[in-house]
Amino acid sequence: MLKYFVKRAVLAVITIWIVATLTFFLMFLVPGGPFLAEKAPSPATLAALEAKYGLDQPLHIQYKNYMLRLLQGDLGTSLKQRGREVNDIIFTRLPVSAKVGGMAIVVAVVFGVFFGSIAALNRGKWLDNLIVFLSTCGIAIPSFVVSTLLLYFFGVKLEILPTFGLNTTSSYIMPVFALAFYPMSYISRLMRSCMLDVLGQDYMRTARAKGLSQMKALFKHALRNAILPVVTYLGPLLAYALTGSFIVETIFTIPGLGDSFISSITGRDYPLIMGTTIFLAFLIVTMNLLVDIVYKVIDPRINLR
Amino acid sequence: MRKKLAILLALLLLVGTLAGCSGKKNTNNNLPDNENGQTAPNDSEPVVLNVHVGPNPDTIDPALNSAVDGATLIIHAFEGLYTLDKNGVPIPGQAEKVDISEDGLTYTFTLREGLTWSDGTPLTAEDFVYAWNRAIDPDTGADYAYMFESIKGYDEGKLDVTAVDERTLVVNLVAKTPYFLELTAFPTFSPVRKDIIEEHGEAWALAPETYIGNGPYKLVEWVPSSHMLYEKNERYWNYEALGPDQIKFVLMSDANSVLGAFKTGQILFADDLPTEEIDSWRDSDEFYIEGQLGTYYVSFNTQKAPFDNKLVREAFSLAIDRNYIVENIGKAGQQPAGAFVSIGISDVDPTKEFREVGGDYIDVSKEAYEQNLARAKELMKEAGYENGEGFPVVEYLYNPESDGHRLIAEALQQMWAQLGVEVKLASQEWSTFLNTRKNGDYQIARNGWLADYNDPISFLDMWITGSGNNDAQWSNAEYDKLIAEVKNSSDPVERFEKMHRAEDILFEEAVLAPIYYYVDLYLMSNKLQNAYSSPLGYKYFMYAQIAN
Repeated sequence: MLKYFVKRAVLAVITIWIVATLTFFLMFLVPGGPFLAEKAPSPATLAALEAKYGLDQPLHIQYKNYMLRLLQGDLGTSLKQRGREVNDIIFTRLPVSAKVGGMAIVVAVVFGVFFGSIAALNRGKWLDNLIVFLSTCGIAIPSFVVSTLLLYFFGVKLEILPTFGLNTTSSYIMPVFALAFYPMSYISRLMRSCMLDVLGQDYMRTARAKGLSQMKALFKHALRNAILPVVTYLGPLLAYALTGSFIVETIFTIPGLGDSFISSITGRDYPLIMGTTIFLAFLIVTMNLLVDIVYKVIDPRINLR
Repeated sequence: MRKKLAILLALLLLVGTLAGCSGKKNTNNNLPDNENGQTAPNDSEPVVLNVHVGPNPDTIDPALNSAVDGATLIIHAFEGLYTLDKNGVPIPGQAEKVDISEDGLTYTFTLREGLTWSDGTPLTAEDFVYAWNRAIDPDTGADYAYMFESIKGYDEGKLDVTAVDERTLVVNLVAKTPYFLELTAFPTFSPVRKDIIEEHGEAWALAPETYIGNGPYKLVEWVPSSHMLYEKNERYWNYEALGPDQIKFVLMSDANSVLGAFKTGQILFADDLPTEEIDSWRDSDEFYIEGQLGTYYVSFNTQKAPFDNKLVREAFSLAIDRNYIVENIGKAGQQPAGAFVSIGISDVDPTKEFREVGGDYIDVSKEAYEQNLARAKELMKEAGYENGEGFPVVEYLYNPESDGHRLIAEALQQMWAQLGVEVKLASQEWSTFLNTRKNGDYQIARNGWLADYNDPISFLDMWITGSGNNDAQWSNAEYDKLIAEVKNSSDPVERFEKMHRAEDILFEEAVLAPIYYYVDLYLMSNKLQNAYSSPLGYKYFMYAQIAN
């Protein structure tokens, strides 16, 4: 097990390094720059700014400097939000995104697994059809549509939920649902098909034959086997959900990390592009590792090597 | 055992993330959520005005900001020597009075007595000297450094601005600058704290503790992408006249969300409105359209064929049906533009507008369009492209961030097709677009310009040879000479004559095709009184009142 960990950790570092290197060189290939605006700064100003942030140096030197700073955990300073540290941007905004995203994941997993199982157990009946219909909608409707509809009906028409910010408990309802709708639908479909698969297995018949109650057989044998693909899906989902959604955060004015991923690129805010990308890569790698361990625990037949 | 571990790990994966992240509590508990955009005034609770002026600002450093919404946030925390009143007229701010020398070149400002910063430190004339010189220092990297070029010493990097004593500031100008007092009300001309900036660097403008100003309000909380909370500055010289106890700027970026918040009364001012909603708000008494000093136009690359031919440029300009664009795409009361310097800019006699005196270069009345189009066809013939024959396929470049740009591009394509030419449309994401346009790697491109102050030079200076904003890559010796003379002229009459002459050249050469003059749209609740907007689009809430 320890050996496995070490191996995975080394692989993780290499993965992150490759992501960082590729991002670094690719982002400089894109035309434009952080200091361009509708009103062009004077050449002297532009030169001074580039010198100040080291953008006047050859690319390989910039790369070397960046990597050396990265090793010390320094992600640099934003070029657009002048004076703000990238570390500061990530770690003040992450908790906000993570809180909303974490809630959304709990909702998605709990309800997704529940609805998926219900649908499988009621295969072909109206309840199954209803769940399949709703979950198809959930997958097909993009989050900005869900968010806008929620905002319109519950915020503006009925005025029962606040339309922006996270000042009260009730203000979490709409963004959490908007974020959870897609993964919940996906999980319920995944769960339904896996559950159907498992229910048809011989060991389920055996379990019932040896006298286990329907419920006990379901929880002890079926759920545990059927949930494995959901756990696999959970790794990357966690990484994305915790770092926030640009669309949902913009619509509900949530001060999360989501918009930094987009605005850093449109603004050519190089240090912020690097910071957010490396951070996301780190999260994905970590979550995947965590998922593998959970896998092993749920299904002892899996061998971690 | 294994089962327990499984449950534990699964829980860790699912819920654990939450526990770790819920530590940080939201700190604004005294703010309204579902109420009417203000907190009801009772004995203890302050009156809070909730407004929207824009999304999270990149910076609120008076020297670094170049955004309109950023300027609004700055003028609440800082005040220049002068400030603008409801009618956009400069009135004394931190200065009590000014003495202007007879030749109009020396301004002697006397500061009010007993001025202090919001932390109680005395404010002196030296603070202005520091702030202004900081703004022109290339290391500061201020977009608006050029706003100081009317002051002597700008080119040498050391402004001829002296603090004679704590309350007296003497400024020497290069030439008579009729709009200089207005400049001193511009956010970039605000004083800033040398000691704080030297200690904290650029980060000084990020935290309320170091963001010490001298304006009517002070920043007490900034949650990026959420809100900024300002509180009355009890040390402000005109404290008694101030409005709400607190102003909360909600940092929203989605136009539909802004509208939702306005409709439900959660904010009383919304500086954004989705284009498709304009029609339904037009008749509302809470809908405002203000003129803005700016022009939406089309740039031709004058260095590349076929637009190196001024006949072609003029033909393309005349073929544009500006009324169609304004009525069917803009829809917000924009004025069709027949010139470049926008309406709202004063002439030498301030009761007259520059536009009134100069007139239009293109007849933009609806009736004239057929005639314009006929003339455009003739010009194409003269240029050797009768009915568009032999004219290459050209490309119009725009940025897709706003639907309006795309719709205008499609309309232009149709209009130019009447000349028998084929125009392809190309869009590039904002930053790439700016880069391409600036480098002149285009044929025709969307463009727009907003003035920085009420003087035509703000529109004309950009067309000199080699100017960073001369996207047309145009160069004309006579024009350059005129602009240089304007900048050094002390005779206002002559100055304006020369500016009119300069604009004549722009249109004789058909350097650009104006489309419309910008307007500023906003929604303001009837409950909100005495809030106002300046011609540059800055919003003033410091003297606002909230009616019940």
